[in-house]
This record gives sequence, C-alpha cells and structure tokens, in this order.
Amino acid sequence: MRSTSQNGLRLVWIYPDLLSTYGDQGNVLVVERRARQRGLEVSRLDVRSDQQIPTSGDIYLIGGGEDRPQRLAAERLIRDGGLNRAVSNGAIVFSVCAGYQILGHEFVNDLGQRQQGLGLLDVVSTRGEGARCVGDVLADIDERLGLPPLTGFENHQGVTHLGPTARPFARVRFGNGNGTGDGFEGAYSDTVFGTYMHGPVMARNPHIADHLLKLALDVNALPPVNDQWYEALRNERIAAATQPA
Amino acid sequence: MAGNSEPLSPRAKLAVTAGRAAAAVSKAAGRGSGSVIGGKVALRLDPDLLGRLAQHLDVILVSATNGKTTTTRLIAEALRAAGPVVSNALGANMPAGITSALAGGSDARYGVIEVDEKYLAGVARDTEPKAIALLNLSRDQLDRAAETRMLAEKWREGLTGSKAVVIANADDPLIVWAASSSPNVVWVAAGQEWKDDAWSCPSCGGVLQRPGDDWVCGECGFRRPVPSWALNGDYVLDPHGAAWPIQLQLPGRANKANAATSAAVAATFGVPPQVALERMYSVQAVAGRYDVVTYQERQLRLLLAKNPAGWLETFSLIDPPPTPVILSVNARGADGTDTSWLWDVDYTRLAGHPICVIGDRKLDLAVRLEVAGLDFRVCADADEAVRISPPGRIEVIANYTAFQDLRRHVGN
Ligand SMILES: [Zn+2]
Repeated sequence: MRSTSQNGLRLVWIYPDLLSTYGDQGNVLVVERRARQRGLEVSRLDVRSDQQIPTSGDIYLIGGGEDRPQRLAAERLIRDGGLNRAVSNGAIVFSVCAGYQILGHEFVNDLGQRQQGLGLLDVVSTRGEGARCVGDVLADIDERLGLPPLTGFENHQGVTHLGPTARPFARVRFGNGNGTGDGFEGAYSDTVFGTYMHGPVMARNPHIADHLLKLALDVNALPPVNDQWYEALRNERIAAATQPA
Repeated sequence: MAGNSEPLSPRAKLAVTAGRAAAAVSKAAGRGSGSVIGGKVALRLDPDLLGRLAQHLDVILVSATNGKTTTTRLIAEALRAAGPVVSNALGANMPAGITSALAGGSDARYGVIEVDEKYLAGVARDTEPKAIALLNLSRDQLDRAAETRMLAEKWREGLTGSKAVVIANADDPLIVWAASSSPNVVWVAAGQEWKDDAWSCPSCGGVLQRPGDDWVCGECGFRRPVPSWALNGDYVLDPHGAAWPIQLQLPGRANKANAATSAAVAATFGVPPQVALERMYSVQAVAGRYDVVTYQERQLRLLLAKNPAGWLETFSLIDPPPTPVILSVNARGADGTDTSWLWDVDYTRLAGHPICVIGDRKLDLAVRLEVAGLDFRVCADADEAVRISPPGRIEVIANYTAFQDLRRHVGN
C-alpha cells in the first residue's frame, strides 16, 4: 500500500482546461464524495495543461474532450512525463473517451494524423468510418473485477483495438463500446482503466468509484453508503438501454 | 438605409403567398404558429427568397449560445424608435423560420433576426446584414451540435469580408476569435460568468491567463480587445464615457449584458443609448421566459436554462433562500439526449433553498444533487412539487422541452 493514510487520499483531475467538456468531472466529484462519506480525508488537485502533473497522487482522472484539445493534451502529457512516472509508482488512472485514447499507444488526431499516446494501456485507436456511436449502453464488467453491470452513455466516433496485455473492461449487451464489433467496451490492466462511457460513468456506476478507492486504500471492503438514488438511476438507465425508443 | 427600390419579383411574391397559405393550414391543424412550415414551402418555391426579402431591409443578425431571443427583442424595441421593425420574435431561428418572419413585414425598415449558431454564416451571406451582434459561445447539446471552437472558427470564416458592423462581446475569447476577422468591430465589455469553455486559446491552443476581467494567451499574445462600450453594474458606459442607467423588467446580470449590447447596436443606427434603454424597459417576458404565473396560490417564475452557462446565469438571478426552487430536466431530441452536462453545473450554488426535482430525468438530477451534498425532494410532477412548497414565490428552472411542458401545464 502507498502512503495514502498519512496524507489523505490525493485525487488528481488532469487538464480541466482541455479535457472537461462532457461532464466527466462528475467522476471526480463522485469519487471525492464517496471517499468523504467513508470518513477519509481527501485532497483534490486540478492540474491545468500549463502545470506539472504531480507524481504523488493516488487516483488520477482524465475526461473526454474535443479533437483539438485531445491532441494538445497528448502532446503536453508526453512532454510532462509525470503521469507515466506516477503509474510506475503504482498510481491508479481512470480515463474516459478522448482521455482513454490518449492512454493507448496511438490515436488519430484532429488533423487526421496518427498521434503517439502515453502507452499506459495496450490499445490503439482509429477513427470509425460508420455512424457516430451515440446512446445508452449496457455491458457486463470483466468478471475478475467483481462489479455489477455497467450502464453509461456513449458519444464517440473512435474505434479502439485491444492488444494482448489489455483486458476488455466490459462486454456490451446493448450499445457499441469500443466500436470494434467484438462487443468489447473499454480496457484495463493493473491499475489503469479506460472507457468510452460518459454519463458521467461513476454517477451511474458508483461501484467503480468504490473499486478505485479499494485499490488506493488496499482494502477489500468499504463501509456502505446510501445508494438509493444511484440505484434508482441505474435501474432507469438499464431499462432505457434494453428498450431503446 | 433600405428603400423599397426594387419590388419583389412575381416568383418571390408567389413564394411569399404560398408560404403564408401553408403556415395558415399548419396553424389551423394545431401544429404551432406554422412559421417554419410556411418558410419551408416558400423557400422551396424560391430558394433565394430570404435574400430577396432582406434586400428591402436594414438587417441586424443576433447569434449566441444564450440570450439571443431576448437580445433580439431588446434590439427590436430599441430600433422601433427609428422605424418599423420586422423580427422573428418567437425564436424560429433557422432559415425557414427567418424567411417566414421577414415575409410578414413588407413595410418594415429594419429586420432584427435571431439566427441559430449553426446557420449564422449562411444567413449572413444571404441577407447582407448591416450589423451582427455576437454575445457568447459555450457548450450546448453536445451529442448533436458542432464543437464549440469549430463553431467559432466557422463564424470567423463566414464573417471574413462581411460589410456588417460586428458588435461583439470582448469578454468571451471564442467570440473575439470569431469576430476579429471582420474589419469593423465594436467591442462591448458585456461580461461572461461561464469561463470553462475558454481556458484554451482559440488561436493557438495555449492556456489563457485570466487576471481579473482581462484575458491573454501566454503563448501567442491573443488578448482581450479594448472595448468601446461596457456593462458596469447597472449602467452602460458608451464610447464617450457617459454612463446610462439600465432599467429592465427582465431579471439578472445576463439581461443587463444583453441590454448593453443592444444599446451599442441601436447606436450604430443612430438611436441614442438613453432612448434605446428606455424602450427596452417595456420588454416583460420573452416567449414565456421570466414570466411569473400564479398557480395553486403560488407565484411561479419560469426560467429557461438549456446549458451550463445558462444555468449559472440563472442561479445568479433567483431570489435568495428560503425561496423554494423547482428543477426540471428532460433529455428529448430538442434538449440533446445526453445529460452529462448536469455535472458541469455548480449546483452547490443552490445550498439553503428547498429544492424539488421533476422532469423525465429527475433521477439524473437526484444523483447530481446528492453528490453536491444538497437536500432535495424527488417529486412525481410539477403539481406535487408546487403543493409541497410554501405559498409565495417559487423559482422554476427548466431546460428546453421541460420548460415547454411547464408552460403548457401551468397555463402560460
Ligand atoms: Zn494563443
């Protein structure tokens, strides 16, 4: 376990100036809220793209964004190097959409060029030829993670292929996910996670936030919190995904 | 000024007549005002009709993410001091609706036209406006619309070479980027509470520094232009430094900003600020927005907020606690089907208000408010929410289709 307990839990929200366009900062808010509800001390650090990424964070979150900001974010993250160092120290990273693509080996940028990513996930992203993937998604999360079904909202053109060392985060029942036609949604390996799900995804899947907290704290269980509204929202959205209008 | 120098061609006249007939049929069939269908019929018969109708007018275009309907009304009221005005006052802001509105104003001198952001460049090309007012640009309906910065880029390309005077908000970097390709810009310091879409330089992608009201890109030097007009509290400062009081029936800072821009527009047509601002006072509610409706012995103020910037401006104008607040959110086609934007709204601003949530997506709101640490009630519908609120003023904030539902339900 890392030195979480002495300094409280350190959440790092990466590049709100570039990658905070689709409400994904909700993931930070949910993780922060659920940590505090368990009596944990939490510090949240928002790092703009002209600032250095600290290497001492426990959980790093990256959101979705538009095509040009995505390119700029990838350039600045590679130049900075801090996120890769943090991960090699065992930090947890949870990324969404454009942020997910950046964590891979490469993606296609706004200029139509293949651009290098951080290589923290064994995935390669391209731009899909078909229609944009938009709508509610229902998927089963990889059984090794022991989490209930994933509900989310997708809105992307990207297609992400998994390499041998990345596991699919989930397998879709309804929706597109990675857009590769094999039913995979997202990817993970060890402490690094990527997904196409907005919503934001933690608001519909608070168990993912709890999973990250357990990893950060190196515990198997957390005290329960009142999930009444999360559960009601989950049920509604799962029904919506399975009975599209 | 415009004169009726060139009468409409027989074909254009036929198109106008056919459009009116289609509108009347649509209206009789209970499908709204019929202005859009009428405009579509007319444009099909004469694709150049919009341009032909505009030839006879001094055209003023108004576009923005938020406040364009209200500002169109304010400008129209101000310009009536100088001559008859035709306007798409009900917010039908795409080419068909605009054509239909202009076809109804054959004796007008000014055409004050609200334009949907995506159509601005095209409508500006077709109508050769004398003035274009640009208020703000921010994220809106992201699963349908173009990216915000791309929109600014399209405006910029579309406005290059336009002969119009562009009246633009110096405090919104995306607006400045869009407007600064025009040779003739009047900058208005109209303010901007929402900043999250403009931390990244629209020109080079550098991080914008924002000390106080100023902003500048540390990388390329793109910066806030020096404004000639400014909103200063309850006053408009004109280019000579004179301060003119703003008195509106419409609430909130954002509407004062709209009034400041409208005064600058009116001045380019020779209407002095004092006259323009006095006329703006007559505007009470715009397409039901800001209307106060008595319902079940409560006074419901109906507030429309469609995107994070709009919600932020709305929070700043509501009565303080303990005034109850009802929030209603839908995610139907016209709203955008993604509700993620709720997480870009800082709901902690509602702390202390009793809060009820309703609408198709009340459960999204419930989780959002739970995570914000607020107390709230989830209600089945507007009636229940009103019933459990004490008598007196209730602030009702709703997004687009939720707002329309409410207006119908409370008989407004
Ligand atoms: Zn710059």
